[in-house]
Amino acid sequence: MAILEVEHIFKRFGDTEVLKGITFSLEQGQALAIIGSSGSGKTTLLRCLNFLEKPDAGIIRVGGNVLLDTSDPTTQQEAQIRKKRLHFGLVFQSFNLFPQYTVLKNITLASELLAKEQADRKAGAGKAALQQIEAEAYTLLEQMGLTEKARSYPHQLSGGQQQRVAIARALALHPSILCFDEPTSALDPELTGEVLRVIRSLAAKKTTMVIVTHEMAFARDVADHVIFMDDGVIVEAGRPEDVISNPREERTRQFLQRFSKEAAGGQGGWDGGDF
Amino acid sequence: MNDFSVIIGRLLESFWLNCELFFLTLLFALPLGLVISFGSMSRFKPLAAFTKTLVWIVRGTPLMLQVIIIFFAPGLLGWGTPWGTGADGRFAAALVAFVINYACYFSEIYRSGIQGIPRGQTEAGQVLGMTRTQIFFRITLMQVIKRILPPMANEIITLVKDTSLARIISNKEIIMMAQEYTAKGLIWPLFSTAVFFLAFVGILTLLFNWLEKKLDYFKA
Repeated sequence: MAILEVEHIFKRFGDTEVLKGITFSLEQGQALAIIGSSGSGKTTLLRCLNFLEKPDAGIIRVGGNVLLDTSDPTTQQEAQIRKKRLHFGLVFQSFNLFPQYTVLKNITLASELLAKEQADRKAGAGKAALQQIEAEAYTLLEQMGLTEKARSYPHQLSGGQQQRVAIARALALHPSILCFDEPTSALDPELTGEVLRVIRSLAAKKTTMVIVTHEMAFARDVADHVIFMDDGVIVEAGRPEDVISNPREERTRQFLQRFSKEAAGGQGGWDGGDF
Repeated sequence: MNDFSVIIGRLLESFWLNCELFFLTLLFALPLGLVISFGSMSRFKPLAAFTKTLVWIVRGTPLMLQVIIIFFAPGLLGWGTPWGTGADGRFAAALVAFVINYACYFSEIYRSGIQGIPRGQTEAGQVLGMTRTQIFFRITLMQVIKRILPPMANEIITLVKDTSLARIISNKEIIMMAQEYTAKGLIWPLFSTAVFFLAFVGILTLLFNWLEKKLDYFKA
């Protein structure tokens, strides 16, 4: 059964229609890569999934439950939206770590706040819960290869390290679906490898993921499905070996050609990329 | 020599009024400024417009004039004498004028601080399921404090010296006191008031430097 079902999402900002009826679904344990040029609506789609933008129309279902149906006002109450966000994790392009907290606290903060709210209701819990949250955070840091950075502050880390902390922070809340918004675009080329390696290991563990990316070679290797978006619509969707290596649509071909040219002129990207 | 210590003692006594005005203005203007800054950032347009007009008027006119208006206007408008007749009334009127004036300046500093925090910080809190209140107190506030500390220090140091404006409605602060000696032909007491202000501002500067160092552990 599909864990994520998205139907007919529309979104406009002023006069610009950014999403023009996006429909797709994703199976549990699979990784979906969304590719396309900037301005194609990829990031807006991801932000709609995380309730950072409200679609003008459309339905979002997770595990069969309707999270958002724009024709049903009961699914749009502010108080519930907060809980619904927890189905999704989001890793931002610019990390957005909290600068005043240590790496460890960045990862545990949200879980601690949730645990305290629940403890207030039930009374009890408390210390044991907090210890467990910290233990889990250390496990995540170990996975990210950052155990020795637990007490560091974000500004003391490299971009790649910061992004790995951001991934741990998102994972700490056990989201059903983990979203990445161009996770390596803000990184120096030599730092993208360490982040892509982490995402790759998550794919190997069958983490359900939606990844907006410009790293074509990475998308082809890691994703189970690829969606190519252009001008607010899904132009082509399918297995990566089809969409990326043998695109059917002219628009996809043009994008990939333009992309491989740019990549050949610049660093890394299409055929390069060591990860 | 006896004269010297008597005069210094009386200057010190009158400087107490400057100190009182300083601390009470801070006590009320710091929180009021936050309220005003929320008003000017409100999505309810009429409230934002009203607040911005108020800030424009208060920042656009001399504090000395505001003190005079606050003290005399109620009587001239036939609203009676809310300030009473004694020294306490004159002090209260000056305090009200100072609080309104400084709250408006503080509100602009708060606003720039709050709006300067990248939107991604709030969004990161949102996707982690935090409430608006949690996001403000756990994420935004500390970063705002760090950002606004230098401009706040500036404004607060200005306040120290502005307290001498209270004399315009005969609050007997240190410079007014010193001028009584000038009238008697003794000039050094007036010049010596500078030392009081310098000492006070010196202590404040040390305090703000210490606070800035305290917040040096992170970058925002």
